[in-house]
Amino acid sequence: MPINGEASHPFIPNTASDRAVMLAAIGVDAFDELIADIPLAHRYPDLELPDSASELEVVAELRSMASSNAEPGVMPSFLGAGAYRHFIPSTVNALLQRGEFVTSYTPYQPEASQGSLQAGFEFQSAVCQLFDMEVANAGMYDGPTAFAEALLMAARITRRKRLLILNSIDDRLVQVATAYSQYQDVTIQTVSHREALDGAIDSSVACIAFQSPNFLGRIEDARAFSALAHHHGALSVMHTNPIANALFKPPGALGVDIATAEGQPLGVPLSFGGSYIGILASRKRHIRQLPGRIIGKTMDTRGRDGYTLTLQTREQHIRRERATSNICTSTQLIALMVGIYLATMGPRGIREAAELSYHKAHYMADAIDGLDGWRVARDATIGNSGAASVFFNEFPVECPLSPGEVNRRLLDQGIIGGLDISELIPRGMLLCTTEMNTRSEIDRLIQALSEINAVDAA
Amino acid sequence: MPLYPDDLKYSEKHEWVRMMDSGSEAEVGITHHAQDSLGDVVFVELPAVGSEVSQFAKFGEVESVKAVSDLFSPVSGAVIAANQALVDSPELLNGDPYGQGWIIRVQLNDTDQLDNLMDAAEYQSLLE
Amino acid sequence: MTDKVEPLSEISEMHDRSLLMDRSMPGRRAVQMPNPDVPLAELPDADMMREADDLRLPEVSQLEVIRYFTMLSRMNFSIDTNFYPLGSCTMKYNPKLNDSVASLPGFAQLHPLQPEDTVQGALNLMHALQHWLGEITGLSGVSLAPLAGAQGEYAGLLIARATMSERREEHRNVAIVPDSAHGTNPASAAMAGLEVETVKTDQSGNVDLADLRRVANERTCVFMLTIPSTLGLFEPNILEVQDIIHRAGGLVYADGANLNALLGLVKLADIGVDICHSNLHKTFSTPHGGGGPGSGPVMVTGELSDYLPEPIVTRGQEDSAYRLVRPCKSVGRINGFHGSFSILVRAYTYMRSLGGDGLRSISENAVINANYLQSKLRERFELAVDRYCMHETVLSGKRQASRGVKALNIAKRLLDYGIHAPTMYFPLIVSEALMVEPTETETKETLDRFIAVMAAIDDEIDEQLEMVLNAPHTLPNSRLDEALAARRPVLRWENSD
Repeated sequence: MPINGEASHPFIPNTASDRAVMLAAIGVDAFDELIADIPLAHRYPDLELPDSASELEVVAELRSMASSNAEPGVMPSFLGAGAYRHFIPSTVNALLQRGEFVTSYTPYQPEASQGSLQAGFEFQSAVCQLFDMEVANAGMYDGPTAFAEALLMAARITRRKRLLILNSIDDRLVQVATAYSQYQDVTIQTVSHREALDGAIDSSVACIAFQSPNFLGRIEDARAFSALAHHHGALSVMHTNPIANALFKPPGALGVDIATAEGQPLGVPLSFGGSYIGILASRKRHIRQLPGRIIGKTMDTRGRDGYTLTLQTREQHIRRERATSNICTSTQLIALMVGIYLATMGPRGIREAAELSYHKAHYMADAIDGLDGWRVARDATIGNSGAASVFFNEFPVECPLSPGEVNRRLLDQGIIGGLDISELIPRGMLLCTTEMNTRSEIDRLIQALSEINAVDAA
Repeated sequence: MPLYPDDLKYSEKHEWVRMMDSGSEAEVGITHHAQDSLGDVVFVELPAVGSEVSQFAKFGEVESVKAVSDLFSPVSGAVIAANQALVDSPELLNGDPYGQGWIIRVQLNDTDQLDNLMDAAEYQSLLE
Repeated sequence: MTDKVEPLSEISEMHDRSLLMDRSMPGRRAVQMPNPDVPLAELPDADMMREADDLRLPEVSQLEVIRYFTMLSRMNFSIDTNFYPLGSCTMKYNPKLNDSVASLPGFAQLHPLQPEDTVQGALNLMHALQHWLGEITGLSGVSLAPLAGAQGEYAGLLIARATMSERREEHRNVAIVPDSAHGTNPASAAMAGLEVETVKTDQSGNVDLADLRRVANERTCVFMLTIPSTLGLFEPNILEVQDIIHRAGGLVYADGANLNALLGLVKLADIGVDICHSNLHKTFSTPHGGGGPGSGPVMVTGELSDYLPEPIVTRGQEDSAYRLVRPCKSVGRINGFHGSFSILVRAYTYMRSLGGDGLRSISENAVINANYLQSKLRERFELAVDRYCMHETVLSGKRQASRGVKALNIAKRLLDYGIHAPTMYFPLIVSEALMVEPTETETKETLDRFIAVMAAIDDEIDEQLEMVLNAPHTLPNSRLDEALAARRPVLRWENSD
């Protein structure tokens, strides 16, 4: 046996003598007898993996790997498009050190999991407040999967099969929805114009789905989409930015039936795209069609309040092939982070974060408008959904040269630019600010952009 | 009340049927044995009034905390009433399965179908 | 929030369970945001805007936030505080090193859409992890995208369907699933539009070969097999099983939930597996977090690798640069970005710490620990199947049930001894099932205490039946009314004014 000395590995306490005592108790002479069911010819294959390494060595190696990346924050960054760098108060990381949260399992034994459960209940409560919705589940994998599940949910509720999506939406949402629904008995139809929507909707449509702020950062007319959907007995599904909900009217106030969001902006680090959390909230009458874990309040045998997973018959471990979703492990720890974030920020803090993001984005847009050769595409649309020209914290610009080239030049100056969206808008770049971008960072970007144009003109 | 009243007919799927005074209408529910094996009932999915049910075919679902069971109609016909009290108080199925815990009332297509069902004694011997 | 002041009389009263909104006091705050450093822009029309007092979130001080969530944490069992022999869930020590590496700013601060040349370190890590998972399973095509085991499963089934479609065998729409399978198997199959056909488990806990031959046919798309099975057993007829499926024209899918028993002992590809997933939060010891986030990479044979979900990381032959790539026949995008990167970092760190030999040692010691428990617990508890197990053993509480105590009661009573309950009532084919997985990270002394506690509870059934039936007695809550929670759902804070 490898690692066979008397000393054990830090993660594997059995010593050679422990093993000998245990094997004797089991009644075998050698370990091999325990795995006799594994075909002999295939036992103990060679593993071409690195040798084990000490903590000291591993840290050095990983630090070097991490530091080879360009780090937003150290470098000003203007990327958004579905993942946003917002302020994370110190309470979040401090409480995330609690191993009682981090190393517990899904709360199938509620009496031994009241911490996770009550924290999850706080998450559901805060999400309902922020989105102005009646119920929320305890979290999906990420925003796009929450959106995809919301579409399938709408199809189950209405027993209809056509899912209409406004194409001013982030294409990643459509891609995930497609992958989730391709073997379900539904069809996804993207609609590019408001008028086309009027033509496409009829009594076979399950929902009208849209994003607001949309992919280009602009506020959609959620009230109109909801009214149109309801007129035809369909539902409205709105994918939103949770921080925007603190400033703009939330989905519940706009007649929306199912609201989804990427929860990452609420206290979760960017982490190269994961782990994030999908938010899924709806009207109470639809709870039996909600996928995922739901935490409910109840009482114990002594009449005291307590919490438990509830409505579990919707889920895969009970209903199996007829479950509302196959989701099992989801994102409880991220829900905790969101819960701590919202408790810390409070109504005032999150409103201020939203306002700062808004004002900084508008400051930046106004400055870019004043640059030669640059244009803020305030009127740019993907199709024409009828969105207001109002934007929240991101907006498209038309660059004087290719966005890829602009980003390379910005990077030379230590700036991470915006997202190249030239496939949607000629020479288009999507720029974003949050409260994390200081005025001096924005001024640096503006200066750099003005030089890029000057260089090009010269 | 006896666990399996004599005036009812029973199906192998643990539903009961009671003929009503009109002679062409019947009340349907689940047996004591069914509610006991399910445990605490938390939700009942009822069919719409006016919908058709067929003998031995599924007409709804009943859920306990950690199980889901299909409901199978012991008779064929049109649903003339569904017990709305179960929506808010599904526990009636546990507490009073033959009374307040009735599930649907059916206008029978064919009263001869009752011959396909068991009487209380036959049902009890099935359980043993 | 009471006017009455009394000393604490028992543990549950140490906790003021009121919710944050009930502690909220207008005007309190836990954080201060900076003043704007840019001129204020005009706000849009009022009818688009949320009124400032419309948002009702808690208003509490920073200390209250810390104290509240710290209190909540103390009401949890966890690996860091308790032995947690929860079968199939692999509740082993989650090394702290992994968490600290994942929080390095050079990983935690990266935006998913940064230019690839600014994230070469992150992509390098993902590329290496792909390679290692490929090496461990022998399945060289790897996508790290799936965000949990169930998503990995779904991705695997999409790959199976795409394969059949390319072979012009779309009519193959049946997933064969053993009766002992985890619920996500049939649920994922249904999402992938597959009909589920169940195959029986025989008396010895193996796949019933006669039944498998009966159901494997020209409609078979895929056979989903958990290896080792949910009974904790390695399928001794695995070569014959895969042969039956392959001859019928189907693919073999391995649910890798229990891969922690096989590291360095056997490669899945060598025993005929075409597709599998691995729950990194089980085998590779990333934390469970109270129910996620997880990560469920999907692995396939080289032949099927063009179908993997996007993205995968490749390395350029000329410039040695790492890139995120969509495989040419990809089943598509199943989540927003590149997978659970913060979990991938932890799994990488774990594998790097252990190396190939250490990984093999994990499986060996997990198997020894489980068999040791089984050899001792069998004195009091019936075994679901009487033979050597792999990393976990399934007990049946039948004998105890005949004395008036259900598996549930034993599970709840264990909590009073500070031990988390085993998995109960699963697999579904074992009556009064208690599934016990000790893992390799527990000491023999801990295992001996567990054995002694199980014996003590068995004695209590005869001596103090009520005590066992009403357990737990020492936790913040006694038994919770789950029926009430489901009948009258209260799913959010409600104003009690």
